Amino acid sequence: MEELNLFIKSIFIDNMIFAYFLGMCSFLAVSKNVKTAFGLGLAVTFMLVVTLPINYLLNKYVLQEGAMTWLSPALAGVDLSFLGLILFIAVIASATQLVEMAVEKFSPSLYASLGIFLPLIAVNCAILGASLFMQQRDFGSAWTATVYGAGSGIGWLLAIVGIAAIREKLAYSDIPKPLRGVGIAFIITGLMGIAFMSFLGIRLG
Amino acid sequence: MLSKKNKEALFNPLSKDNPVLVQILGICSSLAVTASLEPAIVMGISVIAVLAFSNVIISFLRKTIPTNIRIIVQLVVVAALVIIVQQILTAYQYDVSKQLSVFIGLIITNCILMGRLEAFAMHNSPWPSFLDGVGNGLGYTIILLVVAFFRELLGSGKLFGYQVVPQWCYDHGYENNGLMILAPMALITVGCIIWWHRAHNKDLQEN
Repeated sequence: MEELNLFIKSIFIDNMIFAYFLGMCSFLAVSKNVKTAFGLGLAVTFMLVVTLPINYLLNKYVLQEGAMTWLSPALAGVDLSFLGLILFIAVIASATQLVEMAVEKFSPSLYASLGIFLPLIAVNCAILGASLFMQQRDFGSAWTATVYGAGSGIGWLLAIVGIAAIREKLAYSDIPKPLRGVGIAFIITGLMGIAFMSFLGIRLG
Repeated sequence: MLSKKNKEALFNPLSKDNPVLVQILGICSSLAVTASLEPAIVMGISVIAVLAFSNVIISFLRKTIPTNIRIIVQLVVVAALVIIVQQILTAYQYDVSKQLSVFIGLIITNCILMGRLEAFAMHNSPWPSFLDGVGNGLGYTIILLVVAFFRELLGSGKLFGYQVVPQWCYDHGYENNGLMILAPMALITVGCIIWWHRAHNKDLQEN
C-alpha cells in the first residue's frame, strides 16, 4: 500500500515536469509530435527503472556514512556521500550505453524507434534528479526506489505525450508571432501544471 | 585579448544568443530556483563558475579526447567541478544550499554545459572558451534574476527577503499572489519573457 501511494504520488503530484521542472530541455525539444514523444517517454521510464535500484544499492552500501561496515568494521566512519554525484552520473552514462547495446542486439525494431533518443538520455535531468531525490528521501528498500522510478517515468511520459498532442493541434491556431514555438509551449506547460495541481492531496489507504 | 570574435563570445549570449531564451538550454534549474532572488543569485554564480572552468578544461583537453567517449569525459570534468561548488556552498552558505537542494547537483545535467562544451569548447582555444563560458553564464543569470524578481515581488511582496510592498497596501486589501511561488507560474513567466524578447528581436520569431 505504501508503494502504491508513492507510485500514484510520483505520477501525479510530484510530477517530474510540473512540480520540479526536470527534463525540460528534451521535453520542449522533442514534443513536436506524439509518436516521437511517446518513444522518448518510454526510454526515460525504462532508464529510470534500471538506474534507480542500482544507485540505491550504491548509495546504501558504498556512499552513506558507515555504509561500508559490511566490508570491514574499520570502515564504519567513512562517509563518501559527496561522491554521490559523480558515481550516479557514471552509472547513468554507462547504463545508457549498455541499454543501447542490449536493445540494438535483442530488439532491432525497438532500437529503430528509440535509437536516436537513447544516447541523449544520459544528460536528461529527470534521471539524475530522481537519483538525487532518492538519496535525499532515504527510501526503505531497493523495491521502493524502483517503484519511485517507475512512477516518475510514467509521470514524465504522460506530460510529454500530453504536450505533444496539444502542440500538434496548435499548428492550426493563430498565435501572435513572437509567441510561436517555444513561448506558447512554456505557457501551455504552465497551464497543464495548474491542472495537475488539482491532484494535490490525493492519498490512498 | 578582446578581439571582435572574443567580444562576440562574451556579449552575444547576453541577449541575441541567450542560452535560456534563444537556445532553450538549462530550463530545468532556471525555473526551479527562482521563487526568490537569493537562491537565484547563488545558482547563477555557481553556474558561471562551473561553466567557465569546464569550458577552459575541456578546451585544453580538446585535442586529446577521443570522440567516442567525449560525453563521459565532459561529464566527469563537470561533475568534479560541481562537487567542488557543492562543498563550498555547504561550507559557507548552508541555508541557501539547503534551499537549492538537488538543483546544485543537477548543474551536471544542465544542458547549457553540455551544449557549450560541444558547440564551443571542443573547437576553440582556452581564452575564448573562458569568455564564452562567462558570457553564457551571465546570460543565464540575467534570466534567473528577472524571473525571480517578478516571482518574489508578486508572490511574497519582498525582494531579497526585505518587505517592499508597504503595509498600507495590505490594509487596503492587496493580497500576495500565492500562485506566483508555485511551479506553473514560473513557466508562464518565462513564456512571457520569451514573448517580450522575440517581439523586440524579429529575426528570432518562428513561423
